[in-house]
Amino acid sequence: MNGLESIIYMLVFPGFLFLTSFAFACQYIDRKLYARFQKRVGPPFLQPVADFIKLLSKEDIVPKAADRTMFTAAPIVGLAAVLTAFIFIPVLALHALIPSFEGDLIMVLYLLTIPSLAIFMAGWSSGNPFGQIGGMRAVVQMLSYEIPFFLALLGPALVVGSWSLGKILDYQLGGMWLVLLAPLGLFVAIITLQGKLERLPFDIPDAETEIVGGPMAEYSGRRLALFRAMLDIEMVVGAALIVTLFLGGYDLIISFSDLPWYLPYLVNGVVFFLKVLLIVGILALIKAVVARYRIDQMVSLSYRWMIPLSVAQIIVIVALKFGGWF
Amino acid sequence: MAKVTIPIGPQHPALKEPERFMVTVEGETIVDADVRIGHTHRGLEKLFEQRTYLQNIHITERICGICSFTHSTNFCQATEYILGAELPRRGLYLRTLMNELERLHSHLLWLGVAGHEMGFDTLLMWSWDDRERVLDLFEDLTGNRVTHAYNTIGGVRRDITDAQVQRVLHTMDILEERTKAYIQVGLNEQTILKRTQGVGILTTADAKRLCAVGPRLRASNVKYDVRKNHPYAAYGELPFDVITSDTLDVHGQLVVRALEILETVKMCRYMMQNLPPGEIRVKVPRKVPPGEAISRTEAPRGEDIHYLRSNGTDKPERLKVRAPTLANILNVAHTLKGANIADIPLIVAGIDPCMGCMDRVLILDRDKETASVMTKEQLREYSIAWYEKEAHR
Repeated sequence: MNGLESIIYMLVFPGFLFLTSFAFACQYIDRKLYARFQKRVGPPFLQPVADFIKLLSKEDIVPKAADRTMFTAAPIVGLAAVLTAFIFIPVLALHALIPSFEGDLIMVLYLLTIPSLAIFMAGWSSGNPFGQIGGMRAVVQMLSYEIPFFLALLGPALVVGSWSLGKILDYQLGGMWLVLLAPLGLFVAIITLQGKLERLPFDIPDAETEIVGGPMAEYSGRRLALFRAMLDIEMVVGAALIVTLFLGGYDLIISFSDLPWYLPYLVNGVVFFLKVLLIVGILALIKAVVARYRIDQMVSLSYRWMIPLSVAQIIVIVALKFGGWF
Repeated sequence: MAKVTIPIGPQHPALKEPERFMVTVEGETIVDADVRIGHTHRGLEKLFEQRTYLQNIHITERICGICSFTHSTNFCQATEYILGAELPRRGLYLRTLMNELERLHSHLLWLGVAGHEMGFDTLLMWSWDDRERVLDLFEDLTGNRVTHAYNTIGGVRRDITDAQVQRVLHTMDILEERTKAYIQVGLNEQTILKRTQGVGILTTADAKRLCAVGPRLRASNVKYDVRKNHPYAAYGELPFDVITSDTLDVHGQLVVRALEILETVKMCRYMMQNLPPGEIRVKVPRKVPPGEAISRTEAPRGEDIHYLRSNGTDKPERLKVRAPTLANILNVAHTLKGANIADIPLIVAGIDPCMGCMDRVLILDRDKETASVMTKEQLREYSIAWYEKEAHR
């Protein structure tokens, strides 16, 4: 991968520019579906962009009680982390371009943890009691969903015997999607991703009716816009990670060897992003049909159900592997 | 863990009206709660003394935006008691019908608010969509959706046609079906059960001691309902049961309210099928002879009391309003202790608070730009001094 290609890969497609637009599109789909589930009309297509631009132009206030450096750094660090994480996810079949290496799955998981910490730092440094309670809740919640999330994503890596996203994807090309082997893992991953994104039923850290948006209570203007963008992009990255690990990434089972050379790439790209939208749709459906858990209930749900389920999944995979099934 | 005092209100997303709850928390657990009321005092009771009885009907309707009809019913009843007016049965039936329709839309509204407080916005959107049907019915029958201007001293102001009777019956069918669906959701959806069961428990003894009213009282397993225990309007002739719950918690309130909707649907059906013929109102004199009366109604939120004293003119000498929220706010401060922060909105919303109905005394000094709440002793001294100054009283 030479210099120009890397820059295009990082900044234009599928990096910063495309990812941001796609995140807005996902936000639109999410909001529209949520609205339709609730008998509402929902926003027009460009509403997320309009919201973003509006927030950018609004007055940006840093409270006197806040730690200015931390308060400013939190959204930037969080956004940078999720943007970086997406670079390692193989979106297209251009293997030469993808910076895949042994262990990039762990890298992505690590980068996806940073937004939760950013939210904690934001709440803690804002000097607002609601923000502090929200920050504490964010950390407690993180300790309970990260473990099952990691365990669920460990399953595919165990099957393939590699920590590389590229290798896990190669294994699935042609129809051997890992959801067939690890359906429980997919289930746990989707539920805990909902917790990671702080959406219902796990929007405990920023529960509007309880603690007024928690860590976001003091944010306004540009910093809030960056936080919103961070959460949208985190949703895309999380969904893309699940698609890559469980649903065969850009794979469509059918082979396109007769078509002109560029068409398969196009089809692959569309298929990948349609799969991401499917996950986003499932996340929106979950959001529409549940009430918010309390923090203690969320912890007990995680430790009583999610962790045992993901461990059971791993035991099954290990047993099958020693049984010589694959 | 350190104790943190967080203010819930006067401005807070969980409160639809300004009221202040100072909550001291240790981690996520509430160790102390203090309620400060008085943020929406509007000087209504003084206003009543400046207006004639007919004008006051419209002011009493504006005490509350949700239970507007029950307040005007109460005021009209109190006046009728002093006048000794005998109302025609058709007028009583129509007045009762309005009261029950109001209970329908208020309970559906509460269901949505409770859903919103626990983060279940889908329930909010759906139940408020059904509430629209009741509001449309109000518009059909009275011409207005919220403040109906339907009541008058001596009866009601508009008759109902046969076509309207059919439309009421049709809406009742739809609402009965929808409410049964909500009951299914409320009894089976795990996240709702997790958030409401065992939350905001008020024991029967505490409920009686703290003078709880309405669905909060019935959810604490006390079988008391003004409509049954002290029937007014046409309630004595209607078939209905008083719903109670022995779970004592917010879920009990949800069940009580949902089942009350079904009882109300039953009552409305009965009234529409057995509507007596005849006049809808009697003529009453404009001036009310000296006397005093207490009128009680079962508002959707609980027992609503109006005390009226007349002095022979066309204006009341005193009208005291005891809205249900004032009676219920005491038990909120009690049940908040020991609860979780996440439960505050649900416990507060559980009584279906209506701060605008409740608030009466807040002292504002415009020159000094200060506001203070008077204590009972201060108020008593102030009132004695005031009445001594006013020789004509």
